[in-house]
Amino acid sequence: MAASRKREMRVTRGRLALYHTLLLGAVFVVWHLMTNPLLVSAEFAQNTAFFFGKPLVVLERVWDWFASGKIYEHLLVTLAETLLAFGFGTALGLGVGLWLALSPTASALADPYIKAMNAMPRVILAPIFAVWFGLGILSKVALGITLVFFIVFFNVYQGVREVSPVVLNNARMLGAGAGQLLRTVYVPSAMSWVFSSLHTSVGMAFVGAVVGEYLGAARGVGYLILQAEGAFDINTVFAGIVVLTAFALALDAAVSVLENRLLVWRPAQGETEPL
Amino acid sequence: MPNQAGVALALDSITVTFSARGAGGRTYTAVGDTTLKIATGEFVSIVGPTGCGKSTLLNVAAGLLEPSSGSVRVLGAPLAGLNRDAGYMFQADALLPWLSARANVELGLKYRGVAAAEVHERAQQWLGRIGLAAHGERYPHQLSGGMKKRVALAQMLILDPKILLMDEPFSALDIQTRQLMENELLELWSADRKSVVFITHDLEEAIALSDRVVVLSAGPATRPIGEFVIDLPRPRDVNEIRLTPRFVELHTQIWHAMKDEVLKGYAQTQRADAEHA
Repeated sequence: MAASRKREMRVTRGRLALYHTLLLGAVFVVWHLMTNPLLVSAEFAQNTAFFFGKPLVVLERVWDWFASGKIYEHLLVTLAETLLAFGFGTALGLGVGLWLALSPTASALADPYIKAMNAMPRVILAPIFAVWFGLGILSKVALGITLVFFIVFFNVYQGVREVSPVVLNNARMLGAGAGQLLRTVYVPSAMSWVFSSLHTSVGMAFVGAVVGEYLGAARGVGYLILQAEGAFDINTVFAGIVVLTAFALALDAAVSVLENRLLVWRPAQGETEPL
Repeated sequence: MPNQAGVALALDSITVTFSARGAGGRTYTAVGDTTLKIATGEFVSIVGPTGCGKSTLLNVAAGLLEPSSGSVRVLGAPLAGLNRDAGYMFQADALLPWLSARANVELGLKYRGVAAAEVHERAQQWLGRIGLAAHGERYPHQLSGGMKKRVALAQMLILDPKILLMDEPFSALDIQTRQLMENELLELWSADRKSVVFITHDLEEAIALSDRVVVLSAGPATRPIGEFVIDLPRPRDVNEIRLTPRFVELHTQIWHAMKDEVLKGYAQTQRADAEHA
């Protein structure tokens, strides 16, 4: 651990950011050169441009979307779907997780069904949700919830099971009733597990939203990509992917901020400082 | 001292038997027929070889564990459920890691529904008393071992329990910090003389702190095999008192009674290790 840490430290933060940018630039340069008849034959360039699009056109498309404001409506829809799926999925996972973890009988009864539902490739539910909830925002939220729920559920379940018996007994000796135990011991312990899976669950909510849109929608970034694909407009498809990726990174950063806010009580590596 | 003759805690013929899981009806008796009385305001230490069932006995007194037979009486009334008159200090870290030192100290009062203003005031007093007034907003992981123990002490004492149950509370600390904590405990205790049951495997600690030392036999079926009244004068300084002739005399006497049991306990752990290996 210490050795790997030392090795990481050799590159400073600023330098690392520079390398990251250079690497990204290099990819774009190679992409550009491969799709332009400057170094390669015209025929090869045409082929690669057909399959991979042209980076400058892709960037131009992205620029157009934002300059004209056309993308905002779609981004907003995708964002709303992601957040709703994440919120409801987390709440549901938390509730069911706490309930099953604290009730051994219910847990034993539900166990095979939970396992079966988790093992099922849930993306396949998307068409069913489209039938049930229509092509609007609801069917995407439903798909996202099924993806988020299980991540949160398993983490909460684990979190409750792993509550230190000493801490639990201490709270009981201090006079905590059942409800107080739940609020001050079980939920915080479970939440620390939920937060550690926040990155995964937000990502899954996003996957649910985009896949849902891709399978049938009238708005959303997934819908834009589907439309462009139908017209063999590979540049727009790539532009959509670029926007989605940037968006996912932004979501991830937001989660990190939230995580640092809410988990101040948890020791970060090497942060412990005795007075 | 009010009611010096009163009994704060009485354990009467306590036996605790665990059934070993999945081992065809095999049982393990941790505590066998133990009778123990703690007087009001008395500081009693219980010493015994490692793994002899000291903590089990304390859990019974706390109501965390129901004895297989025998009865517990707290301030004269039979104990049912958790012991509401007792504060418990655990050997391991028992602070809630997601609460700041202040919130940990406040916890018991909040559970009892005490008004917020009073909770805050009393917590501030206690943080001051344990020398952490300026560090109340720190989380347990940001505190040193000694500070964590002090917070745990305040967390227990803020509720003003009549009986203190302490399970090797300072065993994880280094020797210097430990002696500091022992002195602090004595100082806090002498302010209002609560009844204390202090579990330890350290005989010196037991003698330095207590009015009475109870020696337990090696497990299984541990039981008291000796009782020694510690007539050292109070107030005491745990560092200085260790050097007095009377302390050495008591130490020799109690150690003599303990030695055979310690060796027995040691032989058992050796055997168990050999079986596991």
